[in-house]
Amino acid sequence: MTIVDPKTGRPDQADLDKAAGRPEDADQWTAKIRNRAVEALPPQKLLPDRQPAYVASWIYVFGVTTIAALIVVIGTGFVLALFGPNWWHVSSTGLFVNSLHLWSVEIFMFAMVIHLWGKFFMAAWRGRRKATWITGIVSFLVSVGAAFTGYLSQQNFDSQWISTQAKDGINSTGAGAIFNVTNFGQMLMWHIVLLPLCIVAIVGIHVLMVRLRGVVTPFPAKGETPGGEAAAVATSGAEVQA
Amino acid sequence: MSADTHKKTRPFKVDRDAVVWHGRYEKYDLAKEFLISFIVVCILVAGLAVVFGSPDDTPVTVKSWSTNNPVDFAQTAATELDGTSGLAGYGPPYNLNGTAQSIGPLAPAKWLGVHHPIDTANDFVLGPLATLPNDPQVQAAVNEYKSASASQQATWTTAYEKAVANATFTNGKLVVPAGDYGPVATLIAAETALARSGGVDGALLSSRQFYGTDYTKPLLFIADGAYLANLADGQHLSGSQWGMMNETGQYPGQAWLWLYTLWYQVPPMKTSSNADLQVFSLMIILTALLALVPFIPGLRSIPRWTRLYRLIWREHYKEVENHGGSGDSGSPPQATDEVRTPVTA
Repeated sequence: MTIVDPKTGRPDQADLDKAAGRPEDADQWTAKIRNRAVEALPPQKLLPDRQPAYVASWIYVFGVTTIAALIVVIGTGFVLALFGPNWWHVSSTGLFVNSLHLWSVEIFMFAMVIHLWGKFFMAAWRGRRKATWITGIVSFLVSVGAAFTGYLSQQNFDSQWISTQAKDGINSTGAGAIFNVTNFGQMLMWHIVLLPLCIVAIVGIHVLMVRLRGVVTPFPAKGETPGGEAAAVATSGAEVQA
Repeated sequence: MSADTHKKTRPFKVDRDAVVWHGRYEKYDLAKEFLISFIVVCILVAGLAVVFGSPDDTPVTVKSWSTNNPVDFAQTAATELDGTSGLAGYGPPYNLNGTAQSIGPLAPAKWLGVHHPIDTANDFVLGPLATLPNDPQVQAAVNEYKSASASQQATWTTAYEKAVANATFTNGKLVVPAGDYGPVATLIAAETALARSGGVDGALLSSRQFYGTDYTKPLLFIADGAYLANLADGQHLSGSQWGMMNETGQYPGQAWLWLYTLWYQVPPMKTSSNADLQVFSLMIILTALLALVPFIPGLRSIPRWTRLYRLIWREHYKEVENHGGSGDSGSPPQATDEVRTPVTA
């Protein structure tokens, strides 16, 4: 089955029609959403089994590694949540799960930072990928917040010291009025509910953006003229880059 | 190209546009790459957890503080009573007694005001002592202190604070050099004894409801003393030691906060009374620049200037420059917003 038209790089209309279901349902909101989704991200684009030849560097591994580490972070956090915040202080098994959680966070953040700087030096925002870059930065920021609230939720000396030090920075911005770092209950809820939801949502959008726009192509090589003044820049009707 | 797509001619901007890839595609098994990455991460995490574990130093309580350093506790309690402690003069969001940090006319802490009201004298000293209704000597001292004028209270506490610096703790009691402290000596001695029994911890936590998860009051009380800071200093956690990005023991801590912590080590933030707001503002600006780098001329050219991309795509450039082609179809590169998807049959 041909999913993508080789001439246009877009999904084949016949396949889209098939996926669209009955013609009389085309006006349905549900059908419209499905059609738009399938058109934007057909299966072969969503989960491709080929990549351009230039995708051949270890740096590409760190994006996938970040997601792999995130899954370990969430899994170990799930176990800690299952038994409650006091468990790991009184159980050797709990302490080990906490250690798994700590080191998975360290690896998650390490892989994410390498991924981020790798993409920076590839100027990966080129060619309508600005939103991909921005969602990546937001993912990093939310992850920093999630890790920070994790440190505040430990109920040990580190939590005490970090919270009483961090309060001055947060309070100076006015945010301390609603984000009280010395309130264990509030920090725990941010750490195990609000921020994980945000991370999963933003990382999900980021990955979809990567699949939508594809992996950025290399800068033109020496002597390779990318069209000069007369280059035609294909832009969709929805977004014009001027 | 679909009907809603049109062509617009403009110069190719090398830091903004990407060329269309007309070259070859190769097999790339994302699922396999993910599974291998996941297994490697699991092995690494398990290995690090087994070898290094994780820190879990016992938290400081008001009881442990007053037991291990009763003089520091008594000094701190006296400053909470007369309103000269760091917290008593902090300002928003705890009270209106201090000057909020500012940059020029901007003092964001004032905008939302007091949200976690703390009256250090009543919350930390007089309130806990009220839990001792069967001690007439203490209650008489509380009443005498409360009914005294503000100037009289200040005279007593100022004299006491000078004397308590030379206090000793002998036979389970705080021994302060003789002087006219009014009821303050009785109050602080009773507060110290109550703290050493664990009563102050309980009073600060159970002041509002049976179940509690808000440790703001005991944490801020403990943080006002020197005991917590001395312990942190011994664990390389104080501000001049790159502070809260570290954690107890030899663990990496929040290494990703290095830039935030760095600013506290350099002038003028190092000595500024508005350092927190200055550092936060600086980080907000730098973060915005990072997020918006694709839109900022000059910044978005850094990757091209540094040429690190040639290391990342070295195989691609070797192929292009050695063989005179990029492995592509030979058609002239076009700036494009679209990415070709491989054709499968």
